[in-house]
Amino acid sequence: MYTASDLRKGLKIQIDGEPYIITEFDFSKPGKGQALYRTKMRNMITGNQFTQTYRSNDKFERPNLEERKMQFLYAQDDEYHFMDTTSYEQIYLTGEQLGDRLNFLIDNMEVQVLFFGDRPIDISLPTFVNLEVTVADPWVKGDTSGTDTKPVTVQTGFQLQVPPFVEQGDKIQIDTRTGTYITRVKE
Amino acid sequence: MLTANGLRQRSEVLQAIRAFFFANGYIEVDTPVRLPVLLPESHLIPFTGHGWFLQTSPELCMKRLLARGCTRIFQICHCFRQEESGRLHQPEFNMLEWYQRGENYEYLMGQCEALLCHLHRTLPHLPGFASPGFLCWNNCRISLTPPWERLTVAEAFRRYADVEVDWALARGLFDEILVTRIEGHLGRDRPVFLCDYPIELGSLARGCRDNPTVAERFELYVAGVELANGFSELVDVEEQRQRFAGEIEKLRMEGREAVMPEAFMADLEKIGAAAGIALGLDRLVMLLLRSPSISEAIPFIFEELQ
Repeated sequence: MYTASDLRKGLKIQIDGEPYIITEFDFSKPGKGQALYRTKMRNMITGNQFTQTYRSNDKFERPNLEERKMQFLYAQDDEYHFMDTTSYEQIYLTGEQLGDRLNFLIDNMEVQVLFFGDRPIDISLPTFVNLEVTVADPWVKGDTSGTDTKPVTVQTGFQLQVPPFVEQGDKIQIDTRTGTYITRVKE
Repeated sequence: MLTANGLRQRSEVLQAIRAFFFANGYIEVDTPVRLPVLLPESHLIPFTGHGWFLQTSPELCMKRLLARGCTRIFQICHCFRQEESGRLHQPEFNMLEWYQRGENYEYLMGQCEALLCHLHRTLPHLPGFASPGFLCWNNCRISLTPPWERLTVAEAFRRYADVEVDWALARGLFDEILVTRIEGHLGRDRPVFLCDYPIELGSLARGCRDNPTVAERFELYVAGVELANGFSELVDVEEQRQRFAGEIEKLRMEGREAVMPEAFMADLEKIGAAAGIALGLDRLVMLLLRSPSISEAIPFIFEELQ
């Protein structure tokens, strides 16, 4: 069990049988008054956000959360299938659950899948991924138009700005937290 | 954690505060921080060890010095409160507390105005005073020109939360409404004295002469930050004994130990009329240095000591 004084940004707690992560936290205590723990939190399954104020004697269960390393196998319709490479157990998440992470997910990629009990609810990607550029305008040497980036599309369909020397067929490294170009990768 | 330059500025603030009080006829006192008995206050959780307590405030000892015949005393000291940690809280913090006999809470409000104006005059180079005549902090530009606003608790509840304070008290929502709906509005253009608290929230404060349902107690707010708590001291021994008995019962119901502070009670009747105020010194330094939280306004935060 957690008590209200354990609350802090990033803590995961369980309310009414569902896991929540605290996204904002503020401790208040008016003069001669009681301690108030003001939180904003996000339901880790539905993504719904809400704010709530707690008091010193409030208690919270620890959610049963576990991260497991799994490999992305394939997508079928809206189901994205992953496999535990030691137990060969397979699970899937929906496109809605994966959201923007689909921009960087490719076959055979190793990710951390978050389980609530035996239910997969989320994944975390590697911070940096290497993706192939599938659409890019050719680099015109000596171009003096003044632009120092150009848009390209990578194998997942994601579009981003890169330096003009990046060409179709190149592999580039992308920061999955920001979706920005890091470097061109030689293979 | 303060930088070397921040530490020098904090030292200048301490020096200017002392100069203000010495110029106004106060003596500085330094009372023990380790005490065998505390004033019974159920909203505070003290640190304990070997049957002793670390003080949660210097109020008990300072009032006993008033009883000894001191008329104007101030103290800058460390206070300790368990389970208080946040943007405006540290479990160990610095308090500036001062008392004078023969005065009431209105006098203290005037002193708060004079103290801030003194700091502005003598330390114009501090980051918070970058705009002359104003204190700037967290997107607020606060005029320091006296008189500052006096706003009663009843009016603040009506104005900002659209409820009657009695309604909030009856439902146990006083603190929550104050924190979530009122505090953020207080002291954004000029400092505000939120005054005349319900009598049940002023455990050591005297009732107002013309309205005994409220206490002569105020909190000073600057930029939404609660900076100081002052009141006309309750010196009626019997009434104080009754209020403490209520607090002791509350504490014992929570399984915490509490006793009547008899030495304090014996001294209380010798004080006569008096007023006293506690100001969060680390919060004041935070405002003057334009630090976003008190963590950046003190030499060490407790996590850095590990």
